[in-house]
Amino acid sequence: MFKHCVLILAFVIALPSFAVEPDEILDDPILETRARDISANVRCVVCQNEPIDSSNAGVARDLRLLIRERLVAGDSDDQVYDFLVARYGDYVLFKPPWRPSTYLLWLAPFLILGGGIIGMVYALMRKPQNPHAGLNADEQAQLDELIGSNNEGDAT
Amino acid sequence: MKRILMTLPMVLVLILGAFLYWGLNPDRNPNEIPSPLLGKSVPDFTLAGIDGVDVGGFGSAELSSGGIKLVNVFASWCVPCRAEHGVLIKLAARENVQLYGINYKDKPTDAQQWLAEMGNPYAAVGSDFSGRVGIEWGVSGVPETFIVSPDGVILYHYRGPLVGDTALRDFGEGLRRAREQIGQS
Repeated sequence: MFKHCVLILAFVIALPSFAVEPDEILDDPILETRARDISANVRCVVCQNEPIDSSNAGVARDLRLLIRERLVAGDSDDQVYDFLVARYGDYVLFKPPWRPSTYLLWLAPFLILGGGIIGMVYALMRKPQNPHAGLNADEQAQLDELIGSNNEGDAT
Repeated sequence: MKRILMTLPMVLVLILGAFLYWGLNPDRNPNEIPSPLLGKSVPDFTLAGIDGVDVGGFGSAELSSGGIKLVNVFASWCVPCRAEHGVLIKLAARENVQLYGINYKDKPTDAQQWLAEMGNPYAAVGSDFSGRVGIEWGVSGVPETFIVSPDGVILYHYRGPLVGDTALRDFGEGLRRAREQIGQS
């Protein structure tokens, strides 16, 4: 029983592991939070789909330390991002900035959605062809003739 | 209206086709990291030399005068650098360029041993033990090689070892274009 409890407890209190090492963490909790937020948004250039916050690569650690250094020196978050973008390009940001080269990227979902809505409205607004609409004059004449000849046949 | 609608499938196919043609092109490297430093001056830095190496360190000042320069980022712990080293020796001897080495995150003693063992093609080697200068250059991993114009502007950036036909063709093309650019300006 005790063993099971320990096991369950171990699962419950298990926390996700982070690459941030104890010696990197700043004493000031506010700055540290900002640093964590920034590093969660910065791509590791070695292991490309990981943020530097959770990457064990050497460059990622260097960048984490650098971000903290700059924050301690009084940089704003934007200044830190600008510093990184100047060296590694927009590529290091997980959230690409709004600028002419990324307009299409940001707008594509809305364009596709808009196209879909227009298409649907068009399809729904189209006048449905009523299969039960009345006969036209030719058809009516033909029908009358058929019914007429039929009646005549009955009479005789 | 109907005419326009009828061409729609073809338009969609063409757009999709163009996208796939671009996306599936075997020459496209989806892992490529763009280099925002191209066309900009080399970053401001100075690197001390390595004890026991017969050439000294260097900095932005050395890169802003003279002819075309190559800046190679290497480390003794980097296996592809070992493969690339022979190519660098040939490049430095054959082409009319000066080769500078940034020894990235490497112990100076290891770097000294490496150069003693493999030969030293560099006109100057600076030790970037902390990796800070590497970050200034936008280095993501060793080896990387830059082509720098006589007045210290970064003209070309190659990530990876200069080994194999593709790498050498791309780098040679970069060097040729750099020379052209300088001849024109």
